[in-house]
Amino acid sequence: MENSLRPDRGSLGRFVLRRLLLLIPVLFGVTFLTYGLMFLSPSDPVEMMLQAQGIPVTPEVAQAMRVKMGLDRPFLEQYFAWLWRFLSGDMGVSLIDGEPVRQMLMAAAPKTLLLTATSLLVTVALSLPLGILTAVRQNRFSDYLIRFLSFLGNAMPSFLLSLLLLYLFALRLNLLPVLAGGGAKGLILPTLALSLPMSGRYIRQVRAAVLEQLGQRYVSGAISRGVRTRTVLFKSVLRNAMTTILTLLALSMGSLLGGTAAVERIFSWRGMGYMVMDAIFMRDYPVIQAFVVWMTVLYVVINLLTDLSYAIVDPRSRKGLGVQP
Amino acid sequence: MTRNRRFGRVRLILLLTLAALLCLLCLIGPELAPNDPYKVNLLQAKQPPSEKFPLGTDGFGRCVLSRILVGARTSVFSALLVVGITLTVGCVIGTLCGYFGGAVDTIFMRLVDIFLAFPGMVLALAVAGMLGTGLGNAVIALAATGWPQYARLARSYVLTLREENFVYAARLNGQSTWSILLRHILPNALRPLIVTASLSIGGTILGLAGLSFLGLGALPPAAEWGSMLSDGRGLMQQAPWIVLYPGLTIFLTVVLFNLLGDSVRDALAPADDTHLFRKVRPRFKKKGTPTL
Repeated sequence: MENSLRPDRGSLGRFVLRRLLLLIPVLFGVTFLTYGLMFLSPSDPVEMMLQAQGIPVTPEVAQAMRVKMGLDRPFLEQYFAWLWRFLSGDMGVSLIDGEPVRQMLMAAAPKTLLLTATSLLVTVALSLPLGILTAVRQNRFSDYLIRFLSFLGNAMPSFLLSLLLLYLFALRLNLLPVLAGGGAKGLILPTLALSLPMSGRYIRQVRAAVLEQLGQRYVSGAISRGVRTRTVLFKSVLRNAMTTILTLLALSMGSLLGGTAAVERIFSWRGMGYMVMDAIFMRDYPVIQAFVVWMTVLYVVINLLTDLSYAIVDPRSRKGLGVQP
Repeated sequence: MTRNRRFGRVRLILLLTLAALLCLLCLIGPELAPNDPYKVNLLQAKQPPSEKFPLGTDGFGRCVLSRILVGARTSVFSALLVVGITLTVGCVIGTLCGYFGGAVDTIFMRLVDIFLAFPGMVLALAVAGMLGTGLGNAVIALAATGWPQYARLARSYVLTLREENFVYAARLNGQSTWSILLRHILPNALRPLIVTASLSIGGTILGLAGLSFLGLGALPPAAEWGSMLSDGRGLMQQAPWIVLYPGLTIFLTVVLFNLLGDSVRDALAPADDTHLFRKVRPRFKKKGTPTL
């Protein structure tokens, strides 16, 4: 109880340190799995590479290449060599055109991050007010209507919505470009395609979180003391519902990382999802590995920040933090 | 309240019937198909819906309706298979870990941590991409992303159930560990897991269709809803029905399964929206605790 009344900065620092230390084995596992996946693949990276460069594949050439790439050494040795290079910033070169993977990532990452950021913004801008509205107007017409629409949105895959939006706005109405190109106008459709289905999911959850808070006694207490409803709603209820909303943000980041691939393909938005799909079809392993590892690191960091933000938004949660791994 | 519950039950039965009908449709779909779903006829390509082709033809002159009917089996059953695999694998691992604890528990839970560290779609893309295209690989990819969630859930329920009086009683009765696990622990832990599984069917159908759409699922001549969308997207301006009808089919199927999932949740865990399982635990006790 004392703990919750007096925020203890020191324990927060120790919590961060603990979480960072716990991350080390997880990241080892993540890189190990990612690297190991290549060995499950039915096709031989050496053959793929030689074919891509137009060199006829003979056993001798392949063997020489294997030795040169270090693929003849034991698996663990290869893994650690790869991990070491990865950590020092060398992610290898593309098997297809020899371009450094680092450069490819640097070119593609900003586009994906931009799309992710806009989609996240629109999702929050839609689901937060609508979620609150439906909770406050529970079982009224607007509640039913928005819940119905959000249910439909939840069942709509972003790739289908992309095609429908393309058909309507680009092909029929000629309002927006078919290919995203890179301009702000091209960003509208991919953003909508990603954020509308997500909003559908989150409106319901924001509604549930706010409804739960509205049922608490402090709300009726405040209202009976004559505090204005608006004040209760925005100063207390929303603040208490904040942890749910932060969780939603982290979750939506998680589903956007990698989830943008289909939308990027449809709108030819040359981000990381687009890049990794090319790499998958060409069996360009270094690119796939770099994509998976970086996306996962990003996600892990986001999750860590989310847990930290709980402690900032809701001091009560600090006590439990040390226990939850 | 009782009226609400009766309404819920009627709704559940209705939705279950609809889902069963859909599964039946998947089974007999190929027989219902008006045309050969694989017959390429470029002279009849991109025809609008007509009497012969109720939903039109695609870029190769294949009947869209027939392809939807034949693809239903692939799209729906593969998703159900994924949910089945993840539920079973997660349940077995989680139950064993939760009940026995020890080193195996630690190892598996660290593995679960690692799997959950990946963003879902990234792991699915990585696995499907590395294993290569094909429906089987897409199923493996989605199962690989799904099982840790069930393992963790199952483990947490088993951890609390393990300490219940009825488990002690069973042990004192001299029941074997397997019988305790199968008769006392599993039936009680299964209820919330089934709720989770039924809520995830719709999402799995979408995930599978998404992988197929990206070209990582069913291979080209085979009919599958996601890949039908992908095939038709270049022709949308001239022949929108190639995309619209399979898209509508996916959408409606997911709506059906999402409604079913909600209904199953309301029936098995009749708590409020926010805390799925809050009111379930005391019910375990009533049901399972022998009078000592």
